Amino acid sequence: MATVTEAEAPPLAPQPAPKPPKKRGRLVPYWLLLPGLLWLVVFFALPMIYQGSTSVQTGSLEEGYKVTWHFATYWDALSEYWPQFLRSVFYAGAATVLCLVLGYPLAYLIAFRAGRWRNLIMILVIAPFFTSFLIRTLAWKTILADGGPVVGALNTLHVLDVTSWLGWTAGDRVLATPLAVVCGLTYNFLPFMILPLYTSLERIDGRLHEAAGDLYAKPITTFRKVTFPLSMPGVVSGTLLTFIPAAGDYVNAELLGSTDTRMIGNVIQTQFLRILDYPTAAALSFILMAAILAMVTFYIRRSGTEDLV
Amino acid sequence: MMTTETSGDVRLTGISKTYGSFTAVHPLDLTVPQGSFFALLGASGCGKTTTLRMIAGLEEPSSGTVYLGDQEVTHLPPYKRPVNTVFQSYALFPHLDIFENVAFGLRRRGIKSVKKQVEEMLDLVQLGEQARKKPHQLSGGQQQRVAVARALINHPKVLLLDEPLGALDLKLRRQMQLELKRIQTEVGITFVHVTHDQEEAMTMADTVAVMNAGRVEQLGSPADLYENPQTTFVANFLGTSNLIEAEVDAKSGAEIVLKAGGGRLVLPEARCSAPTATGGKVLVGVRPEKISLVHADEADAIPDGRNRVTGRIAQSSFIGVSTQYVIDSPVCPEFEVYVQNIDRDSRLAPGAEVVLHWNPEHTFGLDAAQDIDAGVETAEEEAA
Amino acid sequence: MPFVNWLKRHLVVIAGLLTLSYLLLPNIVVTVFSFNKPKGRFNYQWQQFSTDAWKDPCGVADMCGSLSLSLQIAFWATVGATVLGTMIAFALVRYRFRARGAVNSLIFLPMAMPEVVMAASLLTLFLNMGAQLGFWTILIAHIMFCLSFVVTAVKARVMSMDPRLEQAAQDLYAGPVQTFLRVTLPIAAPGIAAGALLSFALSFDDFIITNFNAGSTVTFPMFVWGSAQRGTPVQINVIGTAMFLLAVLFVLVSMLIGNRRGRQKA
Repeated sequence: MATVTEAEAPPLAPQPAPKPPKKRGRLVPYWLLLPGLLWLVVFFALPMIYQGSTSVQTGSLEEGYKVTWHFATYWDALSEYWPQFLRSVFYAGAATVLCLVLGYPLAYLIAFRAGRWRNLIMILVIAPFFTSFLIRTLAWKTILADGGPVVGALNTLHVLDVTSWLGWTAGDRVLATPLAVVCGLTYNFLPFMILPLYTSLERIDGRLHEAAGDLYAKPITTFRKVTFPLSMPGVVSGTLLTFIPAAGDYVNAELLGSTDTRMIGNVIQTQFLRILDYPTAAALSFILMAAILAMVTFYIRRSGTEDLV
Repeated sequence: MMTTETSGDVRLTGISKTYGSFTAVHPLDLTVPQGSFFALLGASGCGKTTTLRMIAGLEEPSSGTVYLGDQEVTHLPPYKRPVNTVFQSYALFPHLDIFENVAFGLRRRGIKSVKKQVEEMLDLVQLGEQARKKPHQLSGGQQQRVAVARALINHPKVLLLDEPLGALDLKLRRQMQLELKRIQTEVGITFVHVTHDQEEAMTMADTVAVMNAGRVEQLGSPADLYENPQTTFVANFLGTSNLIEAEVDAKSGAEIVLKAGGGRLVLPEARCSAPTATGGKVLVGVRPEKISLVHADEADAIPDGRNRVTGRIAQSSFIGVSTQYVIDSPVCPEFEVYVQNIDRDSRLAPGAEVVLHWNPEHTFGLDAAQDIDAGVETAEEEAA
Repeated sequence: MPFVNWLKRHLVVIAGLLTLSYLLLPNIVVTVFSFNKPKGRFNYQWQQFSTDAWKDPCGVADMCGSLSLSLQIAFWATVGATVLGTMIAFALVRYRFRARGAVNSLIFLPMAMPEVVMAASLLTLFLNMGAQLGFWTILIAHIMFCLSFVVTAVKARVMSMDPRLEQAAQDLYAGPVQTFLRVTLPIAAPGIAAGALLSFALSFDDFIITNFNAGSTVTFPMFVWGSAQRGTPVQINVIGTAMFLLAVLFVLVSMLIGNRRGRQKA
């Protein structure tokens, strides 16, 4: 029989002194964190501070730079390069919207309609990553070449007339126009949109579609009221993963664009690596960082609340 | 009763566990005799799993000591205790096959030739054919048996089972209950079984401890708990009880006479766990299947010396072996009665006036200071 | 109208496949043009079929050297980022400690920062310290931006791991070290592998950060960038095609092996 006694403990043989509970390994997490965090502090956070200080320095390459709290650099940089800033936001925004419009059907296809082809399509989405993106971007020079089949088709359909009127293309050319740059940006960052979209779509229970259909929702209504709201996390992270790198990119503008399509990345790169005007370059880079952080924060807040609606 | 040989008993003395200001287990003394099948029964959050984890060494007690036989193990890490656990949802290693899962404990203790032992153990749980499969390729019932084999192969002093059948469907659960009982009889190891399913606890265990809000409410054999509940929680959590608020009228010999709703009820003093001063309140209980039901017209045919209550049938539901009635009566608004379907009286339909009667020996008395509905909702939730 | 109905039902599929072809078109062009024999210095227009480039992939000065340099950097960056990132991920999931929030943002920020900003600020640091730009500065930069991705991948895996598995190991006589080696690490392995693979791909293909911090050292992406100005040799397309095919082959083979194993055991 088992026994329960509430108060008195049974008499016991001589007991070993109760050991205090040991708190082993309290420092373990800090040792695990230390090397990696040190790396990020020294090679990510510290450089930001250096850059901040460089942006308020004056001087020259020959005589060296000194911190003089010369904030006018920011003003000068902004007043000289605001068109490139604006262009970056506009191109990156257009590329992000295009990525969403193009990427959503493909992510939806993989998540719900691909069946046994799902893995193959996934591979085909990821595999291009393994070919250097510069090589793939150069391929667009061939695809959009003057007088090539793509430009020819667009010309025949009079699409180029419309885009030229809008200022996206110039005459019979697509290369070296804003359209080419946006097309390249869209292409380069499309997988960054598709993968998060797929991840959040894949989590949706397929029976929800049937339930919505059962409750008299047409397919389009089901999409608007059920699927799309549930995929919001994917939409938010996808747009961020597309917009941020696109806004700082200078490869597409350089390879597919012209001097009229220079983005802020091009300016920073030129200032840093060719003109060697470090304060201006640092100030521009700082402004870009601040602008992107502000936009991202605002966007996350907004989408966070809209999620609840 | 303490057995003379205590070398293999699990003894908890004054053991408790608090998380910040929340007390999961109040200071508790508990002895599980060697070789017994012991069940800790209670709703989720009652502290039964925490108690089990303190025996396993996965949780350190805030106070008190844990003995396995003569050895104090309170602060020993789990890997140094001769205790093994069958985890809730099994926790089989997904990257190892069944053979390696079962061999895991032997290998960690430096045993080189494990093949024979593992094969024997897999045969015991009837999984010899599946040795090279991965856990996810097995059915729920098979995974459950692997978890038992993986623990038992180490010949622990105690086998702890944390809701081991919770993930199985009803039919498989019944089958595994018998299976586990068979294994326990075969190997003779002490089993401590945590469950929220009262039927499971009563089917399998020799001794059941009913836990509620971090305390043991009552402990005993399944029949003892069912027939002699000592708290309203046990009365309601284990099966169904009709509880009547009554007042002590007089005592005559070993019997207490009570007044309830204008009628008179008799309760054996030995079956009353509450103080019984004349004029004091007592909760009188009776199980639904102990009660006989007759139409009011035949009230005269009831033998003398039985407890009687009058009422009107509010609902009746036919469920095959029996019919369950809910009676609206002055002493208790929802009096439940289960009647075996031997001869069915067609007059016993909703609206009929009836008399309920039962042997006073089946009456039990509880302290009226308790919540009369304790354990009702939890039992319903767990059943759902 | 059966055709309109069919179109309606398959609209998503058609749109998805169009997007897929948009994604694959450049790879097709790269492959086709690896068999081209261009007239001038640039390989942008189709002239005639030739397998010359495939027969002599290293026939361009410095290209294979830059390729091997990129592979080395990618290898060491992967090793470094995977080790450091895995340690951080375990600390974040398994332990409670002060300043968690700060640690999390320090890990998130590099992923939310335009590359050009990180590149420029890191260069400022190296210039201020008077560091010699080259192999080591590239490696440092690559480990830095790969780290966060490893942390994210490993963290997801470790978080989804049932804590009862480690408790079960302890219950079965495995001490802390044994538990880590025999249970935790094998189960976390897919997450670590995913982080490592991502690191390798990111490092190997990185251009912007490398361009700022490489000095006169030339990695493969930098070679391609330079050739876009000087003239693009067909061999670039050969390398690009080979990498694409190798990747697809690698994935297909590993999937086939996985399927086979699954079927044998079932």
